[in-house]
Amino acid sequence: MVKVPEPMRNEPSPEEIKKNKVYLDWALTTEEYDLICDHLHRLPNYTETGLFAAMWSEHCSYKKSKPVLRKFWSQNERVLQGPGEGAGVLDIGDQQAVVFKAESHNHPSAVEPYEGAATGVGGILRDIFSMGAQPIAVLDSLRFGELNNNDTKHLVNGIIAGIAGYGNAIGIPTVGGEIGFDATYQGNPLVNVMAVGLLNQADMQVGKAEGIGNRVLYVGAKTGRDGIHGATFASSDFDSGVEKNRSAVQVGDPFLEKLVMDATIKAIREHGDAIVGVQDMGAAGLVSSSAEMADEAGTGVLLDLDKVPQRETNMTPYELMLSESQERMLLVVKANQVAEVAKVFEDAGLSAVDIGEVTDNGKYVLSFEGQTVADVDVNYLTNPPKQVMQETAPKRLTQDATQQYQPEMTNASQTLTDLLKQSTIASKATLFRHFDSMVRTNTVIKPGGDAALVRIKGTSKALAMTTDISGRYTYLNPKIGGALAVAEAARNIVATGATPIGITDCLNFGDPDDPEIYYELDKSCEGINDMAKVLNTPIISGNVSLYNETDGQAIYPTPMVGMVGLLDDVEKATTINFKNADDLIYLVGEVRPDFNGTELQKMQTGEIKGNLNDFDKNIEKQHQQLVLAGIKQQLINSAHDVAEGGLGVTLAEMTFNTDFGANVKQAHPVSWYFAESPSLFVVTVKPENQTKFEKLVGDQARLIGKVTTDPQLKLVALDQDINVNKNEIEKGYQEAITWQLNH
Amino acid sequence: MYFGRVYVSYKKSVLDPQGEVIKSGLTHMGFEKIESVKQGKYFEIKFAATDMENAKQELVKMIEALLINANTETYRYDLKELGD
Amino acid sequence: MKAAVIQFPGSNCDMDMMHALKDFKVDATLVSHNETDLSDYDAIFLPGGFSFGDYLRSGAIARFSPIMEAVKQADEAGKRIVGICNGFQILTEAGLLPGQLMQNEHPGFICDEVKMEVTNPDTKFSRDYQTSEITLPVAHGEGRYYADQATIDSLEKNHQIVFKYQTNVNGSTDDIAGITNQKGNVLGMMPHPERAIEAILGNTDGRKLFESILDN
Repeated sequence: MVKVPEPMRNEPSPEEIKKNKVYLDWALTTEEYDLICDHLHRLPNYTETGLFAAMWSEHCSYKKSKPVLRKFWSQNERVLQGPGEGAGVLDIGDQQAVVFKAESHNHPSAVEPYEGAATGVGGILRDIFSMGAQPIAVLDSLRFGELNNNDTKHLVNGIIAGIAGYGNAIGIPTVGGEIGFDATYQGNPLVNVMAVGLLNQADMQVGKAEGIGNRVLYVGAKTGRDGIHGATFASSDFDSGVEKNRSAVQVGDPFLEKLVMDATIKAIREHGDAIVGVQDMGAAGLVSSSAEMADEAGTGVLLDLDKVPQRETNMTPYELMLSESQERMLLVVKANQVAEVAKVFEDAGLSAVDIGEVTDNGKYVLSFEGQTVADVDVNYLTNPPKQVMQETAPKRLTQDATQQYQPEMTNASQTLTDLLKQSTIASKATLFRHFDSMVRTNTVIKPGGDAALVRIKGTSKALAMTTDISGRYTYLNPKIGGALAVAEAARNIVATGATPIGITDCLNFGDPDDPEIYYELDKSCEGINDMAKVLNTPIISGNVSLYNETDGQAIYPTPMVGMVGLLDDVEKATTINFKNADDLIYLVGEVRPDFNGTELQKMQTGEIKGNLNDFDKNIEKQHQQLVLAGIKQQLINSAHDVAEGGLGVTLAEMTFNTDFGANVKQAHPVSWYFAESPSLFVVTVKPENQTKFEKLVGDQARLIGKVTTDPQLKLVALDQDINVNKNEIEKGYQEAITWQLNH
Repeated sequence: MYFGRVYVSYKKSVLDPQGEVIKSGLTHMGFEKIESVKQGKYFEIKFAATDMENAKQELVKMIEALLINANTETYRYDLKELGD
Repeated sequence: MKAAVIQFPGSNCDMDMMHALKDFKVDATLVSHNETDLSDYDAIFLPGGFSFGDYLRSGAIARFSPIMEAVKQADEAGKRIVGICNGFQILTEAGLLPGQLMQNEHPGFICDEVKMEVTNPDTKFSRDYQTSEITLPVAHGEGRYYADQATIDSLEKNHQIVFKYQTNVNGSTDDIAGITNQKGNVLGMMPHPERAIEAILGNTDGRKLFESILDN
């Protein structure tokens, strides 16, 4: 009889695990448990059961979403690294590349808003620098319940403070993102964080444990008991009695992460030949990072757990492997060069410990106090059984799109004024003000524009970046909604003058075992994919967050699309604000009476319903190319896409932060100023460029008015005019969020 | 081994914005009888010293060198000798 | 001019300061907080960031770094020393400048462009400003300048206040955004001039500060 190491004395025996179905608490099903027993030809012990529960969780394995994700298009001439790594990588010329990915931290943020959001920022940054890239920007896409609710206010304040607390301290600017409010996210907020990095192509790293005999180097913070089973926690829906889940939330240390980040990048740049693989210890910490690197290389790994730096005493192998302590990285380093790599970290005051080696037997083996405490096949551990998912179209989707909401238009001026104060439309400047958007001195377009623009020092280039969520549209029609999210993100990029080059995503959905939810997931992704192909923006990375439900009620199907664009000449960047009086205002595209799912429908009826009209993806692309050409030829001096609130809100926003007003005339009903039709841009052109511009755009853009010195927004329509003082509506737009947060 | 507990708070005249926010939060939650809230810092320090008098001197040195900024903060402490 | 930009663990505006100094063709070097000698340099810059995580109090731990003895010697030698944001916090904690930077009046980090007044255009750091109203970026959570009345009175009397906020964004006593020491060779300020030197980033009001420093 082998002596059980002291810390493990209280663990249930393999027989007890089977008998009491301990694994069910870790979201491993009985079928899955039985498969593991069959595969091992024995009962797994406590540690091994924990490893499988974590690695087979949706959060780590994407087992349920994989059938959908596999369909994503992710290859074109720019792609250097597609999905499956820390982050995707795109070639931007000059031997440089842009690296980006988005990740959700919805569940941790619901439980502990500050730390949940903070560690979300920390985690996604590690994904970026694990590729060898210097993070250059963060964007946050946030969704909350209605702002008139006290719990929402608490979440907003905590989450904003958490993002600020981490991002500001580590010194990576938060340059953009968007924030929206809808009752569907009450109790289940969305915290999707996108990070962008810049890479010298020669420094690119992947998470691979190659080379038999190479060493596994643990760097960064010590391991504590925090976040144990965070991965399985995120893979099951939770009820309102969240108190018991408190232990699953980790605490972040941006100071330590800055040291880890700088040292990791330095090690890769200066000792790149010694480093074989790099991976962040994220979800399911040590097991996930080490097993995935071994699986990627087709090797095995042997870890000596006694060497793992520990913050607490008496930790068990289970705890060491599953801990989600933050700010830790795993490196695979050539055996004879461990010391030189370790020194980079030690010089920064960080632990860098050799905890194991790469083996040739394809086994995942853990030793603890002289005993083997786990011995399973890497390949089996990292590849859960294939899932067959059921799909059914929800009933609401069978409605006819021709039945569009008929808005009430008694006082259209008042409608515009009110729309601008709606929490989803109103300025979020008072929230974004908490983020350092300028550190690193590259931010050309700060939060508040269509997309953020970050220049690349030493070149004339800049990267545009944005996030977009169209939860209401995907709810009404997942496929069209998914496509619209991509189209809208691309329009944001284009409005700055940049060409869209790639996509990342966060797929926020409910319980995938519900066939209706799986249908929503599948169709939204189809829409995203179709639009991405048309725009030549491959989907190079992403993240799935399922089980976004509270008390059995799922959120809207909410794919978040993050997009990056490339601008060759930063001097040609365009912003949304009007530039000169008498400039001509053009509308690219034509407004249609699209009212289902609009902010107007929400404001007037308190709900959204109906179906969406489809749109022509090729026309969308044409309009974008037209705007890009106009900006490139320096004919367009301001550009803004039409989104929530329609043309009226777009025009209003273009007058904000300027001294100008606008006179616009449209031969349609006044309500159409609030229709949310796809593929539309408003651009302005100097009078002397009129002929050139009209020649360029032909019949795809129409002169609709001009910029005025009079600070009045006058929008003429067939049945009624809108006539408002722009300073007054701007005041409402600027102050609405602060007012709502304080009342 | 000695065990010191140090309580740091702002001097009376110095604005404590966090305290103000907490007060307003508590008031919103229905605790309407609150007169004031001050937020401070709390430290537990275990250290060796030759005797109680020496421990006291060391602790005060630590507090005044680093734990407080004398411009705005004040402190109190208690100290005990730990058994084995 | 040879300039040193001190790098503390957690500094995050160090590279921005280097970039700015190089824009002005200054021979600038990053110097680790563990170094002990600054005798080679004519000017010392303590950049913004969160030195040592700003744990305990911003700047409180950085002031015990080995380099701070050399910074004190540089002060004694009358060299120009500039602390921006966290650098200002470190200089006050180290006693090179009076007062203290405390949590903003309304808790929370603020990043914004703020109008301010050049209240003393005759210092080594401000003499090239021709206009008294400028706009500079701020980015801090602990930027509320605090000092007792006697200190404020003496700052006023000695013309040590270089910049004042026109909109007091953080609740600073007397609207103070930047001060010098009595000798006039040490400047501490919360706003970030190094973020305001390039037209492409939308603000060049920081340029005159660097020009003043270079203008011997």
